[in-house]
Amino acid sequence: MAVARRGIHRTRWIKLQLFRYIVFIFAGIFFLVPIGAMLEFSTRGNHNERTLEYWKSIVSFQEMIGTVGAPTQATGIVASLELAVITSVAMLLLLVPTMVWVRLKLKRLNRIVEFICLLPLTIPAIVLVVGLFPMYIWLGTNFSDSILTLALAYVVLVLPYCYRTLDSGLAAIDVKTLSEAARSLGASWFSVMWRVIAPNISNAILNATLLSVALVLGEYTIANNLLYNNLQVELVHLGRTNAGVSIAVAVASLLFAFVLLIAISFVGGRPRRAQPEAATNFGKGPVQGSAG
Amino acid sequence: MTAAGSPAVATNVGRPLLGGRRFSLDWVGTVPFFVYVLAFLILPSAIVAIGAFVDANNGFTLDNYAHLSRSFVVKSTIDTTVVSAITAVLGAVLGSLLAYAIATGNPNGVLRRILISASGVLAQFGGVTLAFAFIASIGPAGFVYLFAQSHGFDYYAKGIWLFEPVQGLSLVYLYFQIPLMVLVFLPALDGIKPQWREATQSLGGGTWHYWRYVAGPILFPAFLGGTLLLFANAFSAYATANALINQGAPMLAQQISNALSSEVGAAEPGFAKAIAVQMIVIVTVVTVLYSLLQRRTSRWL
Repeated sequence: MAVARRGIHRTRWIKLQLFRYIVFIFAGIFFLVPIGAMLEFSTRGNHNERTLEYWKSIVSFQEMIGTVGAPTQATGIVASLELAVITSVAMLLLLVPTMVWVRLKLKRLNRIVEFICLLPLTIPAIVLVVGLFPMYIWLGTNFSDSILTLALAYVVLVLPYCYRTLDSGLAAIDVKTLSEAARSLGASWFSVMWRVIAPNISNAILNATLLSVALVLGEYTIANNLLYNNLQVELVHLGRTNAGVSIAVAVASLLFAFVLLIAISFVGGRPRRAQPEAATNFGKGPVQGSAG
Repeated sequence: MTAAGSPAVATNVGRPLLGGRRFSLDWVGTVPFFVYVLAFLILPSAIVAIGAFVDANNGFTLDNYAHLSRSFVVKSTIDTTVVSAITAVLGAVLGSLLAYAIATGNPNGVLRRILISASGVLAQFGGVTLAFAFIASIGPAGFVYLFAQSHGFDYYAKGIWLFEPVQGLSLVYLYFQIPLMVLVFLPALDGIKPQWREATQSLGGGTWHYWRYVAGPILFPAFLGGTLLLFANAFSAYATANALINQGAPMLAQQISNALSSEVGAAEPGFAKAIAVQMIVIVTVVTVLYSLLQRRTSRWL
């Protein structure tokens, strides 16, 4: 009997492994061929020889864009990197204290804050742009028309993903006990946040930061429609004049984002066993398993 | 404490200094957050909702909605909905298969980490890069096409369908839909315990019984929810479509963009807002259908 059952298990195991490898092979073909093709295309010379010319000219192209454009305007890549930093910092400053505060003092508001943070998932970015358009015209005439003002909109864009990440981080620690202990030892609210809470959710903070960096570096919709030239907008422009260089930049930025996420999945330690209810609830959205 | 009920305004102003406890100032801590979302999330949404009823002279009008019956808007509405539906269903099916293949592997394995990170990148980062990837691979100058052509298989013989809205975009969208489904569906699969399968077996059930009566009903809501998310995701996608197809504006998102800042100087902000409202309405309708379907299926399963 036992032998027979083990036999059944064995055939099932083999079938399962067979299924897995078939799926992985097909997925591998579907997902790797286009990326490989980008590498191939960006190293293809005029006479079908291999060349790194396009990759080398990425640097000179940056300079070209820099000198042709207005001197005060940062080039696409620089602007996108700056935006990524500003957005991440602003997001953390806005979200972490609010989320901690709500958990400590205003439990009733928790659901409202969650609802608001997840709202951008249901409002397409292109719809948001329509509403932001007159606001940015006003901002441009009254304050600043710098591309860095895009960070204001990007913070909203990254809210849902960062909220979910930080939420799981805060759920894993006892915020109330930690902060009460710190307060009773005479810590100010600032040092509670900075020296007690933040170090305890450092993983979640790191994940949220890298998520927003990846999102901002890949953002196109808002920048393009508000007529700012960030990395992705420059890529599209470049793609219409010099396909080789634009594809080289595209694959480089894709790999950069991939390395970033791989890094956090290892820095962040073991992947968390996610709760099943997280996925059954629509609207909670695509929060990275790797990041969570 | 008694001052709490006092109608005098003057005491209200002074109370925080007196250390009033009942009316605490705790809410002050959340002010920055609420002000921010009010300014950059609620206000733009309100501008869209109200602006759709406003004409160029700031008067009330329904013309913006009447313009929705323009033939090109109707066509892109249909195309966008079709592309979103196709990629949502296909993406959900293929994505859940891939998720299952990942979930049955080592939970701490390197393969799993790499696949999840890759899914994260492809689901989020995509956009412009994806369009380039497909142009470089199966596009008219891509090596897949050149290879197929040199072996007598010219898949563009009847026209370059990669740049057609429905066929081309559906294929390219799958490239970010499948990874997104993996991310959303994997947690649900991780919630399935191997003991359930053993329990099914010890009660005499086979693989079919397990999937039909145990795992299937548990996973189905997550599957439906994922499909809906994929639909909304494809519906609002803009970057890929815009980078892939720059002539005409096949997708609704592109129509909005065109109406917002037309290059020929015929911007129609009110019209853009009307299309935006229409998009929200369609997503809402699909969401309602989804919740009805989910209630129904919970009875079937």
